[in-house]
Amino acid sequence: MTFLFWLMLAGYAFGAVAALLAPGNRAVRRGTATGAVVGATASIALALGVFATDATFAFDAPALLSVADGVAFRLDALGAFFLGLVGLVAAPCAIYGAGYSATYEGRYSLRFLGAALNLFLLTMSLVPCAGNVLTFLLMWEGMSLTSYFLVMTERDEPDTVNAGGWYLAMTHAGVALVLAAFLLLAAGADTTSFVHLRAAAIRLSPTMHSVVFVLALLGFGSKAGLMPLHVWLPRAHPAAPSHVSALMSGVMIKLGVYGVLRVGLDLLGGGPAWWGALLIVLGALSAVLGVLYALMENDLKRLLAYSSVENVGLIFVGVGAGSLFLSLGAVPAAGVALSAGLYHALNHAAFKGLLFLGAGSVLHATGTRDMNLLGGLIRRLPWTALFFLTASLAIAGLPPLNGFVSEWLLFQSLLPGIGSSAPFVAPLMTLAVGALALTGGLAAAGFVKAFGVTFLAIPRSPAAEHAHEASLSMRIAMGILAIACAGLGVAAVPILAALSAVLAVRTGLSAATAEIGGGVWLSTPERFAQMSPALIALGLGVVIAGVWLGVRVMAARRGVRIGETWGCGRVTQTPRMEYTATAFAEPLRRVFAELYRPTKDLSIDFHPESRYFVQSIEYRSEIVPWFERYLYAPLIARVQGWGLRTRALQSGSAHAYLTYLVIALLALLGMLLVQGA
Amino acid sequence: MGLIRWMKARLQNRRGAPVWQPYRELIKLFNKEVVVSNNASWLFRATPFIVFASVVVVTFLVPILAVPLPFDGVGDLLVVVYLLLLGTFFLSLAGLDPGSPFGGMGASREMTVAALAEPTVALAIFALALGAGSTNLGQIVARTMTDPASAVSPGHLFAFGALFIVTLAETGRLPVDNPATHLELTMIHEAMILEYSGRYLALLEWAAAVKLLVFFSLLGNLFVPWGVSMALTPATLVLAVISLLVKLVVLAAAVAVLETRIAKLRLFRVPELLSVSFVLALLAVTSSFLLR
Repeated sequence: MTFLFWLMLAGYAFGAVAALLAPGNRAVRRGTATGAVVGATASIALALGVFATDATFAFDAPALLSVADGVAFRLDALGAFFLGLVGLVAAPCAIYGAGYSATYEGRYSLRFLGAALNLFLLTMSLVPCAGNVLTFLLMWEGMSLTSYFLVMTERDEPDTVNAGGWYLAMTHAGVALVLAAFLLLAAGADTTSFVHLRAAAIRLSPTMHSVVFVLALLGFGSKAGLMPLHVWLPRAHPAAPSHVSALMSGVMIKLGVYGVLRVGLDLLGGGPAWWGALLIVLGALSAVLGVLYALMENDLKRLLAYSSVENVGLIFVGVGAGSLFLSLGAVPAAGVALSAGLYHALNHAAFKGLLFLGAGSVLHATGTRDMNLLGGLIRRLPWTALFFLTASLAIAGLPPLNGFVSEWLLFQSLLPGIGSSAPFVAPLMTLAVGALALTGGLAAAGFVKAFGVTFLAIPRSPAAEHAHEASLSMRIAMGILAIACAGLGVAAVPILAALSAVLAVRTGLSAATAEIGGGVWLSTPERFAQMSPALIALGLGVVIAGVWLGVRVMAARRGVRIGETWGCGRVTQTPRMEYTATAFAEPLRRVFAELYRPTKDLSIDFHPESRYFVQSIEYRSEIVPWFERYLYAPLIARVQGWGLRTRALQSGSAHAYLTYLVIALLALLGMLLVQGA
Repeated sequence: MGLIRWMKARLQNRRGAPVWQPYRELIKLFNKEVVVSNNASWLFRATPFIVFASVVVVTFLVPILAVPLPFDGVGDLLVVVYLLLLGTFFLSLAGLDPGSPFGGMGASREMTVAALAEPTVALAIFALALGAGSTNLGQIVARTMTDPASAVSPGHLFAFGALFIVTLAETGRLPVDNPATHLELTMIHEAMILEYSGRYLALLEWAAAVKLLVFFSLLGNLFVPWGVSMALTPATLVLAVISLLVKLVVLAAAVAVLETRIAKLRLFRVPELLSVSFVLALLAVTSSFLLR
């Protein structure tokens, strides 16, 4: 396994160096992709190796940065799961990038993009491998910074600069909180390695546990995109190159989940019931509000970004239910809930990665992300359309694809909670079930909109009319992820059984989880419910084939005539008559008007002769961005106010600065004296 | 079994068509030429098969006559719900495909109704599951049979009310959608299938009729399971067929009376109806864990 670890490092390093040194644009793109694919494949193999041997991979380099315990890697099953998840999406994204980044030729530096991409993948892969605080924070920060530079690829666009600013601010606020959590945890530990932190956590008081947990949750939550810390996602994801968006949305935000699991469940060893309840409430809130905002978006990539907020919410509901059941001592139920959350994380990586790549192909082909200018792409981009449809079905949680399996597990994991006798658990779980179901229905509506308006009917602009199919490398990349979506759905049972090793952080969890799968059936504890994704897929396939054959044989006597769409007697059909993305979401906008508070702006130019002849109509409607307006705007104003006030310190006079130094030294000496006494 | 709705429509004020009229229409449609819009893609042609298949698979999972279901382990009530949602998803896409404003309108409304009905369905299922100790349909029926008192428990009754409203919404019956209209302002389901003709339309109409049957037999057999055959002997099966027919006629009569008594709701009042059903489902769950 050491070999695989080095191969992973070498692959990414080769990709970065090749991007910087290769001659010519083509070689740069190829070098970037080759290195990244080698690195990603090695990381998957390493993760599988850890799973297969059930051993922890360790590698230490204490001499490197010896000040703070040096660099150390420890890869256990939990880390390996997330490492494998990185690799699974990284390989297709790298292949895709080889074709996609051709659009940047001559405009932006491909060398910089390629090097940053490989460094991003490298640091992101090493986050779940980290074995002590220093390594973790170094890799975390590396991941954040490289992804910031990747977001800033199209730096001429004003939106990109704005997005980069939001991302940088949110991610660093997060790192500060994570750092604080680790420092509190490390206060009583021998070294900052995770092994020692685990031991030290037992000696901490329960209050301290909760403080550390809340700090870590806020810090990691800002990376995961948990509401109300999600504001950077809908800005940064659309701005980044599409394969980078796929990586950020599919993988990077999951490392926020990893952080919460590592600190909350592993290092702190679980906590009181309200931790789980808090996670469920935040998760359900993110899920419902995320999908509601996604529905209102007309920008394809922003829609996907909001849907990531929704899915992270679902993952946190699973994790929260798991931690709640653990605190109640219901280990089998906790096993189902945690594996539902983790499986949804894996599934979301596959389908959201695919959706972003598909959106990238659309953007590549038409130059726009505005769905109201798209349409009819299923004829011009048949492969992209097929892949995007697969991912849409998966994310809407429809059988027999992977999204359905994890949603089913998530529902089943909440059920025992409704029957629980512990106070507040039953009502909480009931509401969570309602929120989850609403999210599922709305997500289906959202993706009917995303796929239907983008790919079906008549093109709404010349750009969409003259679109072209994505290049071969882009199609291969999307194909891999589409197969993953189908495979994770149909073969869910063995995969879930293998995942039980991930939950070895708590005794008994793995054994309980391993019982979920048996033969072709998924079943929850005590055979409460049973389901077989493979047999459902088989049934659907058999019936479709049978009906198709039957109709062919029995009823195909009459042919098919191609005609105009019926339109109440109008002469020709134009794209202006179609339902638009805005119109599609209008009923839901009305139903949830309390939340959206839509403002309507309708200006009509009438004909001077008569009011019955309209010359032009302009309609504009906006929804109130609650979080930005009422949470972040005051916060930003406050921070700016402080900034202005502290500017008084910066007088520019050397004497004043020397005085500050002396004061600081005296304060330090004073503290030492107090501690010594 | 969509024939029953025709019989009921007749009972109100007209002589009406015979009960097997829908079958005649299906045969007629199967023999007709298909006209496909020039804007439509392969998805438009694939949709009837997917919709029909999803409904057929559902019938294997739902207890219609006998209870030890051969495929009970394949899927539970949640699977049933999501399979039907799969059909709705494709139907909405097919509505958007020809680029007709009606299709888009139908798709948009249908997805709105489906999304808002979803929480009710989930909670009603869980209310039943809590009582029966399983979300698998065969188990629920078997449990209610062995414990008749549970059929009249408040949780059961509330869940029945909630699911009844959802049935009306999901199968496009009157207070939510009018199956007999082609007026653009009011149609939902009809708007989506407006562009379909010939054998494709036949498949969709058939699927809609089977879906209605599935919902009716769910309502009938989950809440009033008596008559469902527990062993596969000829005598009990005959009894099961008769009891099923009685249940279907009763439910159909209820729907028919309801449809002649009330007018269609404005589209934006539908969410209110669905929130009533959601509250009922919430009450069902609450009472099932309070009264345990």
